[in-house]
Amino acid sequence: MRYEAPGTVEGAVALLAGATGEARVLAGGTDLLVQMRADIVDPGLIVDIKKIPETRAITEEKGGWRIGAAVTGAELKEHPKLKKAWPGVVEAANLIGSTQVQGRATMGGNLCNGSPAADSVPALIAAGALATLAGPKGRRDLPVEDVMLGPRRLALEKGEIVVSFLLPPRPPRSSDAYLRFIPRTEMDIAVVGAGVNLTVDGSGIVTAARVSLGAVAPRVLLVPEAAQAIIGSRLDKPAQERLEAAARAACRPIDDKRGTTEFRIDVAAVLTRRAALIALDRARTS
Amino acid sequence: MAETTTNGHAQSVVGTRTVRPDGVDKVTGRARFGADFNLPGQLIGRVLRSPHPHARIVSIDTSKAEALPGVKAVITRADFADQPSEFIPAGEMMMNYKDVVRNVMAREKALYEGHAVAAVAATSAAVARRACKLIDVQYEVLPHVIDAVEAMQPGAPLLHDDLFTVGVEPRPDKPSNVAKKIEIKQGDIEAGFQKADLVIEREFKTAPVHQGYIEPHAALATVSEDGTAEVWCSTQGHFIVRAHCARLLGLDIGKVRVTASEIGGGFGGKTVVYLEPLALALSKKAKRPVKMVMSREEVFKASGPTSGATVRVKMGATKDGKFVAATAELKYQAGAFQGSPVQPGVMCAFAPYDIEHVYVVGYDVVSNRPKVAAYRAPGAPISEYAVESVVDEIAKKLDIDPIDLRMQNAAREGTKAAYGPKFGPIGLEETLNAVKKTEHWNAPLRKWQGRGVASGFWFNIGGETCVSLTVNEDGTVSLVAGTPDIGGLRASLAAVAADELGVPFDKVRPIIGDTGSLGFNFLTGGSRSAFSGSMAIVEAAKQIKADLCARACKMWEAKPEQVEFSDGAVRPLGALAEKAKPMTIADFARVAGKTGGPIGGVGRINAQGAGPSFGTHLVDLEVDPETGRATILRYTVAQDAGRALHPAYVEGQYQGGAVQGIGWALNEEYIYGADGKLQNAGFLDYRMPVASDVPMIDTVLVEVANPKHPYGVRGVGETPIVPPLGAIANAMENATGIRFTELPMSPPKVLKALKEKGLNKA
Amino acid sequence: MAKHHIQAQVNGDEVEFLCETEETLLDVLRDTLNMTGSKEGCSSGDCGACSVMLDGRLVCSCLVLGCEVGGRRIETIEGMAQGEKLHPLQQRFLEHAALQCGICTPGVLVASKALLERNSNPTETEVRYWLAGNLCRCTGYDKIVTAVMDTAAAMRKG
Repeated sequence: MRYEAPGTVEGAVALLAGATGEARVLAGGTDLLVQMRADIVDPGLIVDIKKIPETRAITEEKGGWRIGAAVTGAELKEHPKLKKAWPGVVEAANLIGSTQVQGRATMGGNLCNGSPAADSVPALIAAGALATLAGPKGRRDLPVEDVMLGPRRLALEKGEIVVSFLLPPRPPRSSDAYLRFIPRTEMDIAVVGAGVNLTVDGSGIVTAARVSLGAVAPRVLLVPEAAQAIIGSRLDKPAQERLEAAARAACRPIDDKRGTTEFRIDVAAVLTRRAALIALDRARTS
Repeated sequence: MAETTTNGHAQSVVGTRTVRPDGVDKVTGRARFGADFNLPGQLIGRVLRSPHPHARIVSIDTSKAEALPGVKAVITRADFADQPSEFIPAGEMMMNYKDVVRNVMAREKALYEGHAVAAVAATSAAVARRACKLIDVQYEVLPHVIDAVEAMQPGAPLLHDDLFTVGVEPRPDKPSNVAKKIEIKQGDIEAGFQKADLVIEREFKTAPVHQGYIEPHAALATVSEDGTAEVWCSTQGHFIVRAHCARLLGLDIGKVRVTASEIGGGFGGKTVVYLEPLALALSKKAKRPVKMVMSREEVFKASGPTSGATVRVKMGATKDGKFVAATAELKYQAGAFQGSPVQPGVMCAFAPYDIEHVYVVGYDVVSNRPKVAAYRAPGAPISEYAVESVVDEIAKKLDIDPIDLRMQNAAREGTKAAYGPKFGPIGLEETLNAVKKTEHWNAPLRKWQGRGVASGFWFNIGGETCVSLTVNEDGTVSLVAGTPDIGGLRASLAAVAADELGVPFDKVRPIIGDTGSLGFNFLTGGSRSAFSGSMAIVEAAKQIKADLCARACKMWEAKPEQVEFSDGAVRPLGALAEKAKPMTIADFARVAGKTGGPIGGVGRINAQGAGPSFGTHLVDLEVDPETGRATILRYTVAQDAGRALHPAYVEGQYQGGAVQGIGWALNEEYIYGADGKLQNAGFLDYRMPVASDVPMIDTVLVEVANPKHPYGVRGVGETPIVPPLGAIANAMENATGIRFTELPMSPPKVLKALKEKGLNKA
Repeated sequence: MAKHHIQAQVNGDEVEFLCETEETLLDVLRDTLNMTGSKEGCSSGDCGACSVMLDGRLVCSCLVLGCEVGGRRIETIEGMAQGEKLHPLQQRFLEHAALQCGICTPGVLVASKALLERNSNPTETEVRYWLAGNLCRCTGYDKIVTAVMDTAAAMRKG
């Protein structure tokens, strides 16, 4: 098994594009090493991207935020301005695993692991984040909701990596929230994840919203109908009910050891409503 | 440090919160657990395991593995002689050597996913892994069965064609999956139920759970050409490991020396052998030491998780709350070989209560999952969960306070338990009263919060124990015990030795000796190690005291009645005191050689008189009605320790057992697919409580002295896991109005039940 | 494939080792450097028994490759005591009986130290959530939390 730690994006791309056998990107390693140990994957080449400065930086860009794909959840949490602007994204990344896991896990890895239960992805999608990819043909941006196509299926071509995420500029009175359901208080994979991002005007009416659901379909969903359900409202009871109904309708979950279909649909509705109310509260006071 | 006396023994260290003598090594990482040993030249062993839950093993071809460079030995069923049927105790359960040899290495069939089929020893873990992949096993896959009730049905896949139900008259002529039927009976059940104003009958189901020790099984073995063998392993009973290995490998017991490493949790799951015989067989073939460590997945799939079960309970009470009749039917999974804890489950079911008419029947049922091993009060949490739930329902229906109802029916000194013995002094009432007096009991509750109470019982055992005390030349004392220390034992034993001999606590150095250093010790289990070990120390100390008195008599030319040992010294009495000065242990140590030789004593006992420990638990929880998730808000344990040798470690047992019970009640379960394979063989999806899942666990130490122990000690380790299941189920009922009769009460189940009643709104 | 030659700092000492790509930092610590204080409970980052500090960050060493740590600073349980003086956490864990079998203890101590270095006055809830990645099956966590909070209070007093 080869291990390489290139210092540039081009170097990483070249290694991955030229790999003959199975190759894997190593960011935090909190998924890759577990899969290697369990014999699920046996790569001939591991490309560690953490030595590439671009993947490790958090910078303000055109009023928004560019976050390197290999920035850890813990580092996100320690960035006060980012936390203030995007509390939902930061809290989502910090729900992954334990304190130890958050010290290593990255949003790039969380997305590219291809699990519809990934915690940071619904928050990124709700935020309207773009993923910047780099590959043999150059760079391109994809909305995060278009990167994960299904369980372990990504829209990345051979040799492509996620370099960073771009969070858009925030209008005033905007905020986001991410909630997930797990049976314990920590350490579980999300049974349902709900990310809500919204903007309110001076009189408390929701003028923009994005809603994303995780672990209720083969990919993380962007649910435009759920957003429509609350735009133009004050998130009063009828709006909440419309929101819940839209969330329920979007779900196509499976029955597995973490939750039944029925349970996931019920809880998706509840969490979407709760996350929206938290986002609303944060937006009003932001 | 206050002096207290219990049963006539003055104590100044016992009962205090000393720092454990083995503690510094544990907080610095120096202490060596099973996988922390290495020998020069060692090989790494690895097991090839059946991917099928039930299959005939048609053939095993190891030739390619043997040819792989770096592979030094490969073993299969061919390397183990068959064992005739012979039952032996395994903790508080029984096992059969014929089954042990088959569990350690499959013979005719693979009986569970994960069953060992072959093993290799190689120069590295990577080579061992590759070698296992090269072993070609031909299986004839057979239909499987997991659930006990399903396994009992006629036509269910049959695991053993030589298993005929014992305990049924006439003996069946066809084999089945029911190994045993057992019954206990008291009074006249029909007549009893006639007297009842209220009869409640319920059926309960529990899922299999694992002991969940954080340290996987590990063993390092080396066999010499002359047949002497050494084993280092993580175990609750190294003398038992020695016995099993000697038997399975055909070695003299005296030629096998087993050293118990520090053990990273056992809870009953490390009272049997898995890797040790394999490592020995490999070492014998390879002529090099072989080290084997289980992965977490192997621990879940191939060690000894406990039974899932179906329990039906029927109880009758008068309108004043007197229990008049009680029956229960228990069906427990044994796993691939017979020997579930259904017997203790039967014994304990109604033991906390004085009921005139009782009938309990239990079935030991084999099915295609790993052979069940003991798990802390084996069998009792399951049956007592069912009984405590029904008791709670009776309390509600009769509008009697649940503690008062239990008090009214509580077993007391003199009560004859349905399983046989008459109780001596016991502390159930005291624990009920203790809980009632807590601030917890009276704290207000909000909507969707519920409070539950339950009591529980474990009988505890004594058993063969051998401890040696030696006085060293400088007056320090070496204490060698033979029961692995799973949670503070050395501190307790050292305290007893310090008080018995009147030496300072830090002058007593306790170790757990290997099997070559002591006479036979039964394993650490049955809540026996502090109880029996302290008893044996008292014996050993008696010998030392008698010896020192004899030496003093010689030195002082006195008669035996003129001297006595008290307060850490041999003291001259009466007129003798004018010409002789008292001599301490240290004084004698200095002149040991001149007065007869080394000073020491060995306590060799089969400890009798173990007293049961009763406990009552109180729990508050809150349910989120929109998701079904329960949060434990507050928890109190009151339990009778008889006499707490070390209060902090007794409290630790109460708290640890309670939290295991919380996991069992709310989230832990073995999840099998329709293919009979385990879907959650890791800590991610086998959900044990984490620190943020539980609150502080308040403890009340009740002490009703056990008259049969010199200090009044009762074992305490197992009882704490018995009440939580019932207490939490009762709290859930109080929070939601719904009686949950299936464990775990995980959120999907709870939400579904709430939805059915239209209650899933905040 | 030739082994990687890595130089790193462990508990203040410069170390050098060879490792295969697939060997984790935990494998290296235990099997190559003979530092068995960090324990293997699950190899999947779910139990925390292998916790170490990597450049001042609390991580599971089973989730770090040995070949990743070149030039980096690693702190393990073996480095927690200062010579003969136990760290206040170690001392208080003993006084509070915050360990029974002790297998989780190294990981819990390393994690607790990381907490107190960041937050000298954690609430009970903060302690519990910080330690959620450290499984303990023996203690029920009660005395662990008490010991950590008691140590925090003592360390604040100075």
